[in-house]
Amino acid sequence: MDSDKDEGETVLPSQRPDFADVIPIPQDDGPNPVVPIAYKQDFVEIMNYFRALYLKDERSPRALQLTHQAILLNPGNYTVWHFRRLILEALNLDLLEELDIVEKIAKNNTKNYQIWHHRRWVAEKLGNDATARELQFTRKILSLDAKNYHAWSHRQWVLQALGGWEDELDYCKQLLEEDAFNNSAWNQRYFVITRSPLLGGLKAMRNSEVNYTIEAILANPENESPWRYLRGLYKGDSESLVNDPQVPSVCLKVLSVKDNPVFALSMLLDLLCHGFRANQEFRDLVAGLSPSVPDEPDSDLAKTICSKLEQLDALRANYWRWRKSSLPRAIQDSKN
Amino acid sequence: MADTAVAQRRTTVSQLDQWMVQDQVFRIYDLFANVPRAAQTLMLELQRDNHLEYLTQGLKQLGPSFVVLDANRPWLCYWILHSIALLGEPIDYELENNAIDFLNRCQDPNGGYGGGPGQLPHLATTYAAVNSLVTLGGEEALLSINRTKLHTFLKRMKQPNGAFRMHDAGEIDVRACYTAISVASILNILDDELAKDVGNYILSCQTYEGGIAGEPGSEAHGGYTFCGVATMMLINEANRMDLAGLINWVVSRQGVECGFQGRTNKLVDGCYSFWQGGVFALIKRLHVGVPLTFSDVAGDHDTDSSSEGEDTAENLYGDDDTCGHGGDCSSSSHTKIVGHPEIEPLFHSMALQQYILLCSQVQGGGFRDKPGKARDYYHTCYCLSGLSICQYSWSRDETSAPLPRAVLGPHSNLLEPVHPIYNVVLKQYHQAHEFFSTS
Repeated sequence: MDSDKDEGETVLPSQRPDFADVIPIPQDDGPNPVVPIAYKQDFVEIMNYFRALYLKDERSPRALQLTHQAILLNPGNYTVWHFRRLILEALNLDLLEELDIVEKIAKNNTKNYQIWHHRRWVAEKLGNDATARELQFTRKILSLDAKNYHAWSHRQWVLQALGGWEDELDYCKQLLEEDAFNNSAWNQRYFVITRSPLLGGLKAMRNSEVNYTIEAILANPENESPWRYLRGLYKGDSESLVNDPQVPSVCLKVLSVKDNPVFALSMLLDLLCHGFRANQEFRDLVAGLSPSVPDEPDSDLAKTICSKLEQLDALRANYWRWRKSSLPRAIQDSKN
Repeated sequence: MADTAVAQRRTTVSQLDQWMVQDQVFRIYDLFANVPRAAQTLMLELQRDNHLEYLTQGLKQLGPSFVVLDANRPWLCYWILHSIALLGEPIDYELENNAIDFLNRCQDPNGGYGGGPGQLPHLATTYAAVNSLVTLGGEEALLSINRTKLHTFLKRMKQPNGAFRMHDAGEIDVRACYTAISVASILNILDDELAKDVGNYILSCQTYEGGIAGEPGSEAHGGYTFCGVATMMLINEANRMDLAGLINWVVSRQGVECGFQGRTNKLVDGCYSFWQGGVFALIKRLHVGVPLTFSDVAGDHDTDSSSEGEDTAENLYGDDDTCGHGGDCSSSSHTKIVGHPEIEPLFHSMALQQYILLCSQVQGGGFRDKPGKARDYYHTCYCLSGLSICQYSWSRDETSAPLPRAVLGPHSNLLEPVHPIYNVVLKQYHQAHEFFSTS
C-alpha cells in the first residue's frame, strides 16, 4: 500500500514499465458527442488505462493504484470506486489504511456521495474497530460544516450499526450551545432520544426534553428549530400535547413579550386544532397583538389567530387563509 | 442552565451566514425598488437569448473543469435539454441526433444508463437519460430506450425493504426510490413488484418536522421531500403521509429572501424553487390545500390519472393523529365551487419569481444558487423549472393557460408548463405517455 501513496499519485501509467503490457482503451464517445468535456491529457490517459483493467476485471495492486489516481481527478466516478472495492476485497488489504486515503480525499470533497458510501462500506467491514474512528472523523467534518448532510447520515449509520451512543446527547448539547439555530443538531438530538438503546425512548425522555426545548425557545423565540422539535416530542400523541400545560405556557410567555409572535401563534393554533381550550388570558394576548383584525369575533380564537398570522406572516398569507378555511368543525362550533 | 441561555443569545454561525445573504438580497431589492419602471421591467425580464446561448454552448462543448461531472453526463444533457424545452425552443436536428446517439452509448447492455459511455448503470443517470430522451421526443429517441432490460435493471436495484439502490452495491435512499419509480412510470413498466413496500420506506423517512429525509433518521430536506412526495403519488399512497405536517414544513421553507431554503435555518438557494416549489404543484394534484376557489370539474384534467396516481385527501386535519378531540373532522377543506378557473397557491409565487429573476438569474445567461455564486447548468435547470411552476401555480392544472397576472415581469417570461411529478415539459410527457401506452 505504500506504493499506492508514493508513485500512485504522480507517475502516469504510460511512464511505468509495469503497465507496458496494458493496451489503453479510449472512451467510446462516438463521432459527435454532446456535452463533451475538454479533458486534460493526464485524465484521458489514466481513464484509458483504467478502462483496460476494469474491462479485464484485473483485481491487482496496480489496478488499485490506478483507481486512486482516477479518483483524485474525479471523486464522483462511482464506477471507479465500485471497482476499487472489488479489488480491496480480492486483495484482502488492510482497510484501516483505506480510511486514511478516503480521509485525505474527503477533506476537499465533503459533499460527494461516493466518498461517504465508500467510507460506510469500509467501516462496515472493519466493524467495531471503526466505531471510535468514524465518530471522530464525522466530528472533524462537522466542526468545519456543522450541517454537512452526508456527515450526519454517516454518523447516524455508525451509531446504529456499530454503536457509540454514550456521548451523543452531550455532543448534541454542545453543538446546540454553539449554535442553537443548527437544525441538524436538533435533528440529531431527536434521533438520539428516539433511537438510543441507552435511553428509554421518546416518552421517557419527553419531560426533560420539553424543559430543554422551552429554555431554547425562550432564549430565541424567532428560532424555528426548537419549535419544530417541541411539536416532534408529541409526534403521534396529540392528546399529551394538548394536556401538557408547559406547551401553552411557553406560548403565553412568548406572546407576552410580543417581539416574535409567529411561531407561538402557530403552535397555539395547532393546540386549538387538537382540542385545547384557551382561557381569557390567551384571548386577550392574541387580541392585543398588532395589527388588529376587526373582522373576526373575539370569541373565535382559532380564526383570529389565522387572521393575525395572515398579517404578521404575510409571505404565507395564503397558507394561513387556507388553515382558517379548513379548521376542524370542533373548534368552529365552540364559539363559547 | 444560565450559561446555555447566554450562549444562545450570542450571535451564531447560522445567524451570521443568514444575515450576510439577506443583506446581499435586500440590496438587490432596494436597487430594484428605486429604479424607474422601465428599468424594473428590464431587470425582471427573462434573458431568453442569453440563456439559450449559454445552454447550447454547453451541449456543444464543456471546459476542463467539468471533469468532476464526468460521471454525470446524462445529467448535463437533461439539465440543458430540459431548460431549452422550458424556454420553448427547438433543438436543431443534428444536435438532437448527436444527443440520442451519445445517450445510447451510456446505455448498459444489461439495462439502465451510466454516467458516461462504459460506466456502470446508475439510477440517477438513468432518470436523467430517460427524461432527456422524453424531452427530445420522437420515435428514434423513445425507441432507443431498452425498456425490457431497463426493467431488469430496476428489479436488480430493488431491496427487500422496498427501497432501491443507486447502482450495484450502491447507496440506498429516497433519491433512488424516486428515480426508479419515475422512470418505470413514464416508460409504462411500473408493476407491483417494483412498487412493493417502497411507500413504507418513504414513510419511514418523513421526519418529526414534516419534510422528508434521504434516509430514516436524517434531517428533512427539500430535494428528498420532492422525491418522496412524487414517489408516493406515483404509487397512489400519498394519503399515507402526514400531509398537514408536510405542507406546514414546506410552506415554512420560503424565507424573507423570497426564495426557498432546503432545510430549516439553512440558506436560500435557487434550486429549491423547484424542489420545494414543485411540492406545491404535487399537492395541488392531490386536490388539497386549495380551498378558496377550487373547482372540481371531474374528468376534464386527469386524463392520465391511472398511470400517475392522482389520489385525493379530502381533509388533512381529519385523521386520527392530527385531529384528536371527537369533533366532526369531516368539515371540508375541499370546497366545491364549480366554474372557477384558478386557485391560489399556498406559497408566495410572486415572491419566488422575484428571487429567481432578480437574484438567481445571471444577465449574461444561466442561473445560480444565490448572489455571489457562479451560474451552472444544474441551477439553470431547477430555477427555470421552479419559475414555470410559479407561472402555472394559479391555474387549476398545467393544461390551462396562466393568467397574465400570474407571470412576474413581461409576458415574454412565460415558460412551457411541466409535468411536476417527472419534471419534463408537459407536451413531451404526453407524447411519451401515449407512445409507451401503445408500444
